[in-house]
Formats: sequence, structure tokens, C-alpha cells
Amino acid sequence: MKVPIDITINGRSYQRDVEPRQLLVHFIRDLGGLTGTKVGCDTSQCGSCTVLLDGVAVKSCTCLAVQADGASMTTIEGLADQGTLHPLQEAFWEKHGLQCGFCTPGMILASHELLRHNPDPSDADIRHGLEGNLCRCTGYQNIVRAVRHAADALAEK
Amino acid sequence: MYPADFAYYRASSVQDAGRLLSEHPGAKLLAGGHSLIPLLKLRLAVPPALIDVGRIADLSGISVASDRLRIGALTPHAEVAASSEVATHAAALADAAGQIGDPAVRNRGTVGGNIAHADPASDLPAVLCALDASIGIVGAGGDRTVSAGEFFLGMMTTALGEDEIVTHVEIHSGQEHGSAYAKFPHPASRFAVIGVAAVVTADGDTCRSAAVALGGLLPAPVRASHVEQAIGGQPLNEASITEAAARAGDDLGDEILGDVFASADYRQAMAPVYVARALTAAAARAR
Repeated sequence: MKVPIDITINGRSYQRDVEPRQLLVHFIRDLGGLTGTKVGCDTSQCGSCTVLLDGVAVKSCTCLAVQADGASMTTIEGLADQGTLHPLQEAFWEKHGLQCGFCTPGMILASHELLRHNPDPSDADIRHGLEGNLCRCTGYQNIVRAVRHAADALAEK
Repeated sequence: MYPADFAYYRASSVQDAGRLLSEHPGAKLLAGGHSLIPLLKLRLAVPPALIDVGRIADLSGISVASDRLRIGALTPHAEVAASSEVATHAAALADAAGQIGDPAVRNRGTVGGNIAHADPASDLPAVLCALDASIGIVGAGGDRTVSAGEFFLGMMTTALGEDEIVTHVEIHSGQEHGSAYAKFPHPASRFAVIGVAAVVTADGDTCRSAAVALGGLLPAPVRASHVEQAIGGQPLNEASITEAAARAGDDLGDEILGDVFASADYRQAMAPVYVARALTAAAARAR
């Protein structure tokens, strides 16, 4: 059984016939060719597959592509505005909020979700808000600084 | 990890979902998928078909009418956690919903999916038992309501029939009480190693009555009747709460769960600590 679906990713429509069992993360990576979204733990614990589904952060390893039929998604590739980095991307660069970079796409999109609810988070708010995203390099210190930096930059806009 | 192959049907209404369930024996309902999809990926569940109820609009939302707080089955945990109505009428439920998984999980996971799945380490079952919630069900045999205490039968086992669908939960909203949820989360999965919900009604600083439910420890949540009796009529201070909480062992029976992270003995030893925390927090809200 294949199901026709239409998912908009970063403003572009992807119409495909998919097996119902296809996970959203594989749709994004294999059919969409957008490999910024990572498969990490594959059990909805590490957050490296985090994307925005109709503006809301979700773990795409625990969604079926058919569930996202008709939705509009943003992946890390869609966050920059015509070549200008999003303030979160700029902040992770500026504050060295990454080392290997594997968790970074998910970390940035989870940070986007955090700032959507709380534009002026304390360090504790940031640590709590990112509890579903694991980083094995940084020890989180610079990630917290990066999110704080991005919050300041967004407030100045 | 790929799930095994299955057929997929999208239900347009509760009635449509019921029809699809009767047409496809063994099919499972799909809402947010945050309990079901992990089981499919591990192939612990291999249903021939999924029936997606995730777009049935009238299954979602929170409302208060005639002394009942009603939460639609498709309401995501994030919405429950952020709801002022839930905070007012069922604070323990808001506490618990805000501690499920992480923010992205709470955006997708639903109340109905959570309770129909009935994981023993889930947060909501114990809370609904303590709040004496009722669970609305629609099936081929008609509509019915089951109390939370009668809904959760055992490990991943509920009173829900093969052809039935959870539509909502309801909680009495007219009571003056304080409620709270105290949780010992597993550090990786954030499931409840121990989760205790307490509901306290108070006359000043005296406990008029209390409802306490224990989750995470047993295959299904239980009301801690020994604790409830011990705190009833007593002053809501540290000494009497600690003394009542110590009775939790009498309510646990001999089916206490244990795993590599937390043995049954350890959970049993820790249970009174979380009972006391839940009672203390509920008492503070009851005054």
C-alpha cells in the first residue's frame, strides 16, 4: 500500500507516494534530500531529528510521513532567510555552541521552540527547555550561552 | 528502525473511526503516535492496519461546563500543561502533563493516546485515578463512561474494548481542593520511576480528606487507601504527612516493578518520599 502525500518543506512542496510506515525523518532525508535533520537515537530521546511541523517542534523519528500530509515544515536548511543566517544560527556560531555539529540542527530548532514560548529565558529555563536534546561534545555551557545570545539579538530586532 | 508494513486509513470522524475499526480486525488507532510508533519500530506491535484519528477536530480541546473539566482525547500534553482551566481545576494534571518526556514530545503526545496505551511508567494514569476522573468512550455498543480506577487494569491493559475509542476525560471541577503530582523521572527516558498524585481537601490546616494514587511502581496505578486514611482528619504538617506517607508500603502489594535502573526494593523505599512530597504540595494548594 502506498499513500499519496504532499508535504511543504522550507516553502517547497514535496508530493510523493509513500509507504505508510515511512518515518517523517526518512521522508525529509531520503526523498527530500535534506540531510541537515539527523537520525540519532531513533527513540525520541536525543532530539537530533527535531523539525518544526506547522511551526511546532516535533521529533521526526517518531512521526510517520503520512501524519504530516498537508503540513508545512521547517528544517535547519530553511531557517536562514535568503542566505542570511537566523539569529540562532549566528549565535551558535558566535558562541561556539557546537563541536561535532551532529546535534546542532535539532538543538537550534528546539531552541527556536523555547524562544517562541519564552523570549527572555534564564539559563535554567534554557537548560530545562532543551532537556529533550542531547549533546555529547559541548557540556552544554556554550549552547546555553548561544541561546541566551540569540534571545538578546532577537530582542534587539 | 522501520516498522513492519501496515495499511493506513485516515478517519474523518469518530463514527468513521469506529467503522474502520470494525472493518479491520487487529487495527490500532493512531493519534500523536508517541506511544504507538516506538512500539511499531521495535516491532513489539505489528498491527495489520493503523487508523489515523489525529485529524478529528472535535476530539481536541479543553473546556469547562457545569462543574466538569473536559479534555478531548487528542489534546496534546503541551496544551494541558499550559491550560489555565487545568491549572485551576486539576493542578496535578497540569503538573504531570508538563513533565511528560520533553517539549517536543509534549507537542505530539496526546492525553487519549497516553491513557489508552497505559504504560505503567506513564504519568497521567495515576493523576486521573487520584482526581477520580471519568473516561469517555465510544464504541459499536454505544457510548459509555468508565472511572479511571476501573479503566487501568494492568500493564498496558485497559477496559477499552477492541472496537472502542477514548473520546475525552472529565474531572469534577466544582470541588475546593488542592492537588499536585510528584515525580521521580528516569534520567534518560523521563518516564516515571515513581509518580504520585495527591488531592487534598482541607479545613484550614486540617485534612478533611485526601486521595493519593501511586504510579510507576506497579503494573497499573493504585489508590493508596492506607495513606489516605492515615492523613484524613490530621493536621497538614510535616510530621503527620510523613507518618501517613510511611503507610505507602501497605498499599503497594507484591507486584512492585523493578529494572536495571531502579530495583523493586529501591522503589518501595522511595515511594513514601514521593507520597510526602505530593501531599505537601497538594496541601499547600488546598489552604
